[in-house]
Amino acid sequence: MSRIAARFAELRRANRAAFVPFITAGDPDSATSFAVLEKLAAAGADLIELGVPFSDPMADGPAIQASSLRALKSGMTLAKVLELVRRFRERDSHTPLVLMGYYNPIHAYGTARFAKDAAQAGVDGLITVDLPPEEDDVLRAPAAGHGLDVIRLVTPTTGEKRLERILSGASGFLYYVSVAGITGTKQAAAADVEAAVGRLKARTDLPIAVGFGIRTPEEAARIARFADAAVVGTAIVRKMGENMANRHAEIVDSAVNFCESLAKSVHAARK
Amino acid sequence: MTARPNSWRAGPDASGHFGAYGGRFVAETLMPLVLELEKAYEAAKKDPAFHAELDGLLRHFVGRPSPLYFAERLTSRFTGAKIYLKREDLNHTGAHKINNCLGQILLARRMGKTRIIAETGAGQHGVATATVAARFGLPCVIYMGEVDIERQKPNVFRMRLLGAEVRPVSSGSCTLKDAMNEALRDWVANVHDTFYIIGSAAGPHPYPAMVRDFQTVIGEETRSQMLEAEGRLPDLVTACVGGGSNAIGMFHPFLDDADVEIHGVEAAGEGVDTAHHAATLSKGAPGVLHGARSYLLQTADGQVNEAHSISAGLDYPGVGPEHAWLKDQGRVKYFSATDRDALEAFTLLSKLEGIIPALESAHALAHVARVAPQMGKDRIIAVCLSGRGDKDVFTAAAALGETI
Repeated sequence: MSRIAARFAELRRANRAAFVPFITAGDPDSATSFAVLEKLAAAGADLIELGVPFSDPMADGPAIQASSLRALKSGMTLAKVLELVRRFRERDSHTPLVLMGYYNPIHAYGTARFAKDAAQAGVDGLITVDLPPEEDDVLRAPAAGHGLDVIRLVTPTTGEKRLERILSGASGFLYYVSVAGITGTKQAAAADVEAAVGRLKARTDLPIAVGFGIRTPEEAARIARFADAAVVGTAIVRKMGENMANRHAEIVDSAVNFCESLAKSVHAARK
Repeated sequence: MTARPNSWRAGPDASGHFGAYGGRFVAETLMPLVLELEKAYEAAKKDPAFHAELDGLLRHFVGRPSPLYFAERLTSRFTGAKIYLKREDLNHTGAHKINNCLGQILLARRMGKTRIIAETGAGQHGVATATVAARFGLPCVIYMGEVDIERQKPNVFRMRLLGAEVRPVSSGSCTLKDAMNEALRDWVANVHDTFYIIGSAAGPHPYPAMVRDFQTVIGEETRSQMLEAEGRLPDLVTACVGGGSNAIGMFHPFLDDADVEIHGVEAAGEGVDTAHHAATLSKGAPGVLHGARSYLLQTADGQVNEAHSISAGLDYPGVGPEHAWLKDQGRVKYFSATDRDALEAFTLLSKLEGIIPALESAHALAHVARVAPQMGKDRIIAVCLSGRGDKDVFTAAAALGETI
């Protein structure tokens, strides 16, 4: 069983949702982001989304754009992201880790070689924002060969027929983008999200993660009552961004403390 | 070596690919819309009423057909091939961009969209979009990089005068690629009512094919005007290539004429061997940006490089996917011209023909200056003069060391 499947099975038994934090690898530099990454599981992360910085993040709002730029300025590359994952795996063999980013760095790395190296480094899944089902064959074949899940996205604009297409070939979990928009700018009404998640659950046994627009422990808890996972990205990245003038340790603490409160809230949501 | 296709004009395939290029590399939120757009465009293409309306506007609003002008003094200066200029600079709004904008806004209306967005580099596409939005009474937001706003002030004023809101983009290199990122972000957030008028033959399918189709009027007119003037086709057809919309429109009707040589001209900026150029096809590598796989200026790690050109309209690190395919197939050859070459051609055409070309178009003229003297006097070149240079007078004056 893959790490992702095992983790969601565990959570189902415990009747609680996963807390999934997102941070950008290399933001603001390799050492700081690794220090955060290392502490996330202890802070309550059930699954980690690690952002691969890209120069042109078209689906991201200002906070994640800025974090990508900081990471790139510090010299982060896709190869170095895999190196971070390798080091993370030396001490944590349980927490599933998913890379989230855009296709071009993978394309430049070489898609087949990337799938192999990512799996070897200890990556469990890939979310590639600009690879819709129409284009993701190039990644799905080599990923499957190395036991990597290619996680597909569903959005408020996804109709019934399209959902069918997305589901056939989805693995790991399904990522429900709760707002039609870029990361961290809008919020969806919890009732709308609940209805959408219900619609998805009627069609698939894959766990449903909800992301885009969850900013506070309270909002995360609302989502965690019905979704299998609540993803928080922008709010964490923004917290780190606000502390950029401070010392390394304060940036790390600001992110980790915030994640602790998010996790607590998510884990208590169904009690 | 792949077998030569029966026609060079058949692409893209059903999934929007030109060989290994093109496609639909967009966020899932946009996919339903991109598919809906494709369907709407296919229906419009088959609808005579759509073409009748577009043709009427091209004739009475744009002033088409644009002349194919024999540049007599330029020809005698180079003592070689006869040079004809396809005068897209004489279109309403001063460039070829309006051809495409009219087509797309008619489509937006058919689809019931009530808000228009666009990206712009030089401002020509922004002006053309603002113009058609004004003509049809639709609100319009134009994304433009801060650097471009600075170097294209007259166009910024024009857009505002036409009622558009110009939103400065301060991310990345603050030029065309960043404006396109921002327009895509707007689109993702406003899919329900917004139509994105892309100005280049780039972006996700169906844009590259659709923009090309709307710009093909350039090449079609050139072809028949040339037959009328000379009784034969030109030996060489050439145009500048940024994203490549004027070029693909000029080239397409000639692709299946085996005897017509076709040259695209990219911006070499300070030189293709420096870090400051926009010669994507000459120096880039295949990659994925803004919805399509094509050539891209990028680092070894797949980060997109900033492009550089004196002409804002060519300052783009990508290129339309059909150009990438035509390059790999060898049907079109791609060259480049530096800022300096372009400025020289800009000055020369102004002095010899009384026509101030856009700095973009001046790159194609710079290429003509190199090849025309090598060709016999019985040979013919048709070059697309994609826009007029009034917008560039400040940039050109600064580069030529004059204060105005």
